[in-house]
Order: sequence, then structure tokens, then C-alpha cells
Amino acid sequence: MKRRRFLAGLAALPGAALAQVDPLDPLVWVVTNGAQVKQGKVTVELPQLADNGNSVPIKITVDSPMTEADHVKSIHLYSEKNPVRNMANFYLGPRAGKAEINSRVRLAGSQKVTAVAKLSDGSFWYDTASIVVTLSACLDES
Amino acid sequence: MAARIQLPASAKRGEIVEVKVLIQHPMETGYRHDDVGHLIKRNVINVLSCRYNGVEVFRADLSSGIAANPYVQFYTVADKSGELEFYWIDDEGMQGSEKQPIQVT
Amino acid sequence: MSRALALAAAVLASSAFAQQRAIPLSELKSGSAFLGADLRSLQNDDFANPGLLWVERGEKLWSEPAGKTKQSCASCHQDAKASMRGVAASYPKVDARGKLMNLEGRINACRVERQGAEPFKYESEELLAITAYVARQSKGIPIAASIDGLAKAHFEAGEAAYRLRRGQMNLSCAHCHEANWGKRLLSETVSQGQPNGYPVYRMEWQTLGSLERRLRACLSGIRAEMLPYGSPEYLDLELYLAWRARGLPVETPGVRR
Repeated sequence: MKRRRFLAGLAALPGAALAQVDPLDPLVWVVTNGAQVKQGKVTVELPQLADNGNSVPIKITVDSPMTEADHVKSIHLYSEKNPVRNMANFYLGPRAGKAEINSRVRLAGSQKVTAVAKLSDGSFWYDTASIVVTLSACLDES
Repeated sequence: MAARIQLPASAKRGEIVEVKVLIQHPMETGYRHDDVGHLIKRNVINVLSCRYNGVEVFRADLSSGIAANPYVQFYTVADKSGELEFYWIDDEGMQGSEKQPIQVT
Repeated sequence: MSRALALAAAVLASSAFAQQRAIPLSELKSGSAFLGADLRSLQNDDFANPGLLWVERGEKLWSEPAGKTKQSCASCHQDAKASMRGVAASYPKVDARGKLMNLEGRINACRVERQGAEPFKYESEELLAITAYVARQSKGIPIAASIDGLAKAHFEAGEAAYRLRRGQMNLSCAHCHEANWGKRLLSETVSQGQPNGYPVYRMEWQTLGSLERRLRACLSGIRAEMLPYGSPEYLDLELYLAWRARGLPVETPGVRR
């Protein structure tokens, strides 16, 4: 079965959650223009269980020397379930020294969070992390 | 807009320094309702930028997916003595800025 | 002789009542003990604790002149780090005129009487900031509110309020926070309902809020009537809560769910 049709088939299943980054996802396309996104170099760290979906600590690192010749240009963060799926974009460059971002995000329920990194050589890399969220942001209102 | 910045007061040239920013902002998602059931309008900081002696060394597009009172930590290489200036703007056009000096030896 | 004995017995009984804790000191736990590891470390982070944004704002407001007299807090109280040390840990307290006040009430009394300014509303940015700043100066200091003299009647009213069943769910504070603390309620663990972190940055509010805001949220939760901010019933309850928490160090600004 051709990979694209396999992915399309998976997408058709109710509640299908793709572990891979779908290169045809319009949000990802905006960054990659359809180029392949390889798994690796990027690490997304999230707690296994969120204390509270309104503020979850996240750490994204990309294995890169961050030199003029070889560095991370940008990191794009995507949520699987949030109403706004492109959570944030971070723009780095050789002056960063280190490709590591720490922040706190909102998560609307248990889901996967994916970070796609664009490198200076035009390649794209990603990682995905899963998290269980009992108190959802955006959806659980009080 | 109140904000806190943390970065070392001094560093050696070429040293990678850790920069932390915490900004007071509700990052209103646009999905919450007020006491009478009306939707509270979305208003988030959508751009955060850091300039080191006038050159942008870090920028972030933020959304409602970033927690209220946003916290961002990144790194930058200590280049020359001077100032790191942080600038942000929200959906309503409110701007905030904060600066912090750095001594590079 | 028997009358003296009866009187002695009554005195002993009342002082024993005043001494007795429902939760022994060794088991007293702050709300932070019921947090997950991440939120607890966020509270202890001297940079990233979001409540510190208000504490810093409070520090600025402390030196800002206000009202008809154009006095700032600093005009009378100078450096808060010295003058306000231990103050929040002694509240609520009865002032010289016999009025029970919490910290918010005391700040507003100064605003109106000393500065000739309008009182701040509950949950306003300014009142939260100054309250958080003042309470922060008591960080680490055990709560020690007095229930003697004029405070005694308020303390007894507060305890009665604590044990009163109310609302559609017909529950009192004691049912959850005394009889069932430590047990699970849906996905959360019931805390002891201690006040030592207030004002707190509550994740549910995504902002800093006062103890009264939290009490109102509890009342709403058991489907009881929420009294207006500043009601004497809240003040009596706050005094009881402070007595109940005596020995617990102030943690302001706390981070809570």
C-alpha cells in the first residue's frame, strides 16, 4: 500500500491520531512546502501527566551546533487537539548558541504535541510527545 | 505591561547565556465566557522579540496555546557589552518592552 | 467548693476547646503539598512563579503617592522588607477600634484614612499587588493570628461558619477539608483548605486571586449563596482559618490548581 494512501486511510478512521507528521497537513505545508519531515534531531519534553492543562511546562531541544553554516532557523510547535493547532513558532539562528526553548503551554485534553524544526540546510526534522491532561484548557471552563 | 527578565549581568565573550522572560498578560483565548455568558474576546501576545544591541537574536510567534502570563526561556551568545531589549505586542495592539544590560568581557 | 470546681472545669473545657486542633500540627499541610511536582516547583521558582509579577507591581505601588494627602505606603512604613516582616502572618486581626480586618481591609483602611484615597476593590490589580507584596514579606514566617480578647467572638463565629452545612449540597467546609482531606475527588486530591499561600496564582483563574475569591469559589462549588466581598462572615471565617493554620509558614504567592 502506498504510504500516502495508507496515511489518508488512517486519517479517514474516526479519532485517528497520526504519530508521523503529515506532510500534507496545511499548517506544516506553510513551513515545509511539501518537503519531507524526518523524525530525529528534535526532542520534545512534556510531563507524562499534566498537573493542569492551563499551564504545562514544555522543553524543545534540537541537536545542532548552531554555527553560521549549520543551525536551526525555526521551530514550529503543533497541537493535535487544541482549537488553535499551531501553538507557537520560535525563530533562532546562529546567535542563539543553543537550540533549546522552554515555555509553558495550554493543552486542551490528552494529546500529542509535535515540534518541527527547519534547519539552515533546508531540511526538516520533528519529534512528538504524548501527554495525559485531565483538566483541559480552553474546553474545561469554570 | 509588567514583565520580568532574567539574564546574567555579565558573561565572557562567546559564552552561551540563558535568558528568561515572564510577561503579565492574560493571553485570553477567546473561548472563555464571562459571568453573563458572553464570549470574552481573544487577546494574546502574538509576537515576542529580543534584540541584542539592536539586532534581533530571538523571535517567537505566540498564540492562545501559550499559557497565561507567558514564560519563555531561550539562549543567546554573549557578543558585546550592551543591552538586550525585549519587545512584544498583543492582538489589541498594546505594546510592551523591557530592557536589561549585559556586560561582556 | 463544688461551684469552684465547676467553674474550674468550665475554664479548662473552654481553654481545651481553644487549644484543640482538628488536624494535629504534625499533619498540618499547606495546599502546596497537594500539588503535582511541576506546580510545586513553579511555586518555588523565584523567577517564573507568575504571582511574583504582582509582588513586583506591589513593590512599585508601595512607593507611589496616592490620594489627597499624596502619601505613599512608604511615607509611613518606609522599607516594607523591614516594617512589614511578620505582619501578614498576624492577620486577620482586630484593630484599635475593635474592628476585625484582613490584610485587604487593613490596606484599604490606610488608603481611605491616611492617604485620603478611594479604597481598592477586591480582585483589582492594585489591591492584589499590594496584598501580595505585603504578604510576601512574611514568607516563611508561621501564621500566628490572635483569637484573644475582642477577636474571640469573631473566632467562634468563624468556627461555627466552618461547620455550618450550606448550599444545595448541604456540605460544610469541615466535611471536605477536615473529614476527607487527602482523599480523591474526581481527578484531584482534597486539600486541608489552608490559607497560608494567599493571594494565590490559581491555574483555574489564570491570574492571582484573594482568599475571599477562593471562599466564594467553594461556596459556588457546593451551590451555596456567595456573599459579597468583604462580608463579615468571610472575615470571621478567615480568622478561624488562620487559627486553624497556626504554625504553617506563609508561602505567598502560592500556585494552586
